[in-house]
Amino acid sequence: MDYNILIAGAAGQGMDTVVANLNKVLQRSGYHLWTNADYKSRVRGGHNFFQIRFSEDEITSHKDELDMIFALNKESIDYHIDRLKKEKSIAIIDESIEGYEDDNRVKKYPMNEKSKQIGNPKLLSSIGLGIIMKFFGLNLDIAKDIIAEKFKDEILEMNKKALDYGYSLEDSIYKLEKIDWDNILINGNQAVALGAVAAGCKFYCGYPMTPSSGVLDYMFRASEKLDIAVEQVEDEVAALNMALGASFTGVRAMTGSSGGGIALMQEAISLQGVTETPIVLINVMRPAPATGLPTYTEQSDLRFMMHAGHGEFPRYITAPRNAQDAFDKTVKSFDIAEKYQLISMILSDQYLADVDTTLDPFNLDEITINRYLANPDDYKKGEYKRYEITENGISPRLIPAHANGNFVMADSDEHNELGRIDESADNRVKMVDKRAKKFELLKEDVEEPWEYGAEDFDILAVCFGSIHGNLKEAIDILNDEGMKIKGLSFGDIYPLPTGKLSKYQKKAHKFVVVEQNHDEQFESLIRQQLLIKPDKSIRKYDGRQMSRDFLVEKLKEI
Amino acid sequence: MSFNITKETAWCPGCGNLSIRQALKKALDELDLSTDDLLVSAGIGQAGKLPQFIDVNAFAGLHGRALPVAIGMKLSNHKMKVLVSGGDGDSLGEGGNHLIHAIRRNIDIVQLVHDNQVYGLTKGQASPTTPQGQKAAMSYTGSRPYPMHPLTLALTMGAGFVARGFAGDIEGLKEIIKEALKFRGYAIIDILQPCPSWNKINTFQWYKERVKPLGDDYDPTDFNKAYELSLKWEDEIPTGILYKKERPIYEENFSFINGDALVDRKLDPKDAQVLIDDLR
Repeated sequence: MDYNILIAGAAGQGMDTVVANLNKVLQRSGYHLWTNADYKSRVRGGHNFFQIRFSEDEITSHKDELDMIFALNKESIDYHIDRLKKEKSIAIIDESIEGYEDDNRVKKYPMNEKSKQIGNPKLLSSIGLGIIMKFFGLNLDIAKDIIAEKFKDEILEMNKKALDYGYSLEDSIYKLEKIDWDNILINGNQAVALGAVAAGCKFYCGYPMTPSSGVLDYMFRASEKLDIAVEQVEDEVAALNMALGASFTGVRAMTGSSGGGIALMQEAISLQGVTETPIVLINVMRPAPATGLPTYTEQSDLRFMMHAGHGEFPRYITAPRNAQDAFDKTVKSFDIAEKYQLISMILSDQYLADVDTTLDPFNLDEITINRYLANPDDYKKGEYKRYEITENGISPRLIPAHANGNFVMADSDEHNELGRIDESADNRVKMVDKRAKKFELLKEDVEEPWEYGAEDFDILAVCFGSIHGNLKEAIDILNDEGMKIKGLSFGDIYPLPTGKLSKYQKKAHKFVVVEQNHDEQFESLIRQQLLIKPDKSIRKYDGRQMSRDFLVEKLKEI
Repeated sequence: MSFNITKETAWCPGCGNLSIRQALKKALDELDLSTDDLLVSAGIGQAGKLPQFIDVNAFAGLHGRALPVAIGMKLSNHKMKVLVSGGDGDSLGEGGNHLIHAIRRNIDIVQLVHDNQVYGLTKGQASPTTPQGQKAAMSYTGSRPYPMHPLTLALTMGAGFVARGFAGDIEGLKEIIKEALKFRGYAIIDILQPCPSWNKINTFQWYKERVKPLGDDYDPTDFNKAYELSLKWEDEIPTGILYKKERPIYEENFSFINGDALVDRKLDPKDAQVLIDDLR
């Protein structure tokens, strides 16, 4: 089984509620879920949609063919009707929407009128949910329980009535049974934030910016239950400086934004480099330049993140491939940041940020927190040097008031071992070399890409970050059809782990790089690191994530 | 316990920063503070160099960005005192937006504005407090904009501790710094200082003739009076604590305020379990 529902309409029509409730129903019914959002940067109007795909088996991409459409305005059905399956499918619209008299898949019901009759126009969302539940033969009690967690008394009763009404309208085409699976429902932004909490992050700050705001919002929610300092700042310039102040003082700290906000942080990114204050930074990418497409997706900040901040200093960049990876790599980012006293950059994007999936609950037993701090007792008063030159370039890190009476000084000027300004040529070379050494060590800690598809292959397809799931499904489909493709999905991306790539690239007849941008940024990195040129690139830069179906077509053309 | 100051500095002879450092050291010593009690966040400029020449825990960061760093410090270890050091360009120009929002927060820190009405380290350009028409490097026909009145701004933004000091009055300045460090909430001290290298108008003598400490009968809870005095400049410049009134501090908004400093909390991944359960 593998079903795909589209819920579409204008912003403000109540789609979010249908989707949130349906997601929860499918989660509690034990299904794997892949719900992606396509919305515009406006609070009212426009054409927005959600695609809710679910299955008994693991799914990792949105797909094109639809089993059901629930459209709240005419534009929504017009735009998507061609994707509706010919049989065993249904499109639900309000009776006020004109057209589609000859299409027996399209059903019109007086949903708006009935909502008002029951008591509130917003009840449309519960009527819609009722229809969807009936079509798939899902247990209506699950929906009623979920509604009861949100509402009570009169509002609850009205919602139940609306659900019953919706449920009465259609016949069940399917009869889906509940599966016993203890899972969590989460999106990419939440997974990053939860990873931060699990890693012991005690300070997070940011300025609202789509699509990164979900991380900040979740951290605020977390801070209602746990002692974490979460702060909405006056601007992104303040954000990274504030996080650095927190980290210097000794807590694990993180900040984040999307492209434009990260651009404002660049001065402090460089400050991180010279002060060697551990920090984690997330960029939830959206199409740029400048304001670009604020609510859409792109992988066009890879080059930017590799070079953000003036001057030369080491950095770690990881691009999570799904929600589980987002959690895991956020935990790793905190570890790497403190181990090497550098900046860990998490490169997410709107697609990953907003995709809701069901997962096994995160296992916290597997996480260990190591702060990599020096022992204060090893330094008598007056002996401690924050930037002591060591063989491997990593200086002993102590934190203020936990330094056995020593003072701790971080400095944005080029400094001597004590942290005081030193402009001598000799010192400069020592300090640059010291910082650069950490990058060499970091190469030992980056993870090779995930590998899947054919063992014996003709085509090697390579991607990074959130495209992983889309590419993997496409490769599975094509290999079933007889093609021989191997896929590599990079998570850790800088420094680039090159082991598997150089090995498999030599064996491939065709080597293709897949990325969601125009300028072949990932390909450029590969060319730079391995001096090899791919045979073909598959790129998309319209703001909409490439689906598995798109990739199936493109890979067939090779 | 006494804070160690370096023998050498990079400041010019006669620089007001030397006296400010002396006043600060005395204030810290008289309050019996130790290294472990204090965090300093400094910007860039001659004033930002303060922690280069006194042994304190310090983050010597970027031009204009000392306040956000200080806020991160305070929220991470609210048991320590946090002091910000920067010049007029640093605190009021590059850091202007942070200043406004730091005051709004009323976080418990002390901000020293070393105010010599000129950019020192970059060699004599006009600063936000340079009087209109006063000549400076790059302002060869005189500084064009109207000058900023930092303490007026602080008062109207709601700052609870607003003071003006004079680098030529080390004892007076020391007392103000001590009171600011004892004050619960955001405290700003605009410290008038001569710049012997670049400001040939507002010299030590110029200040000496105008600066007048507030009398014992002055009421620092009178907002309107403080507002009036914050604007006084030409003939007589009042120094001392212009305004002082405590109100709830920012840290009280945070759940950690009644416990150990966040930096002293034991980190446990299992703390996140409660959040995972919410996602079921």
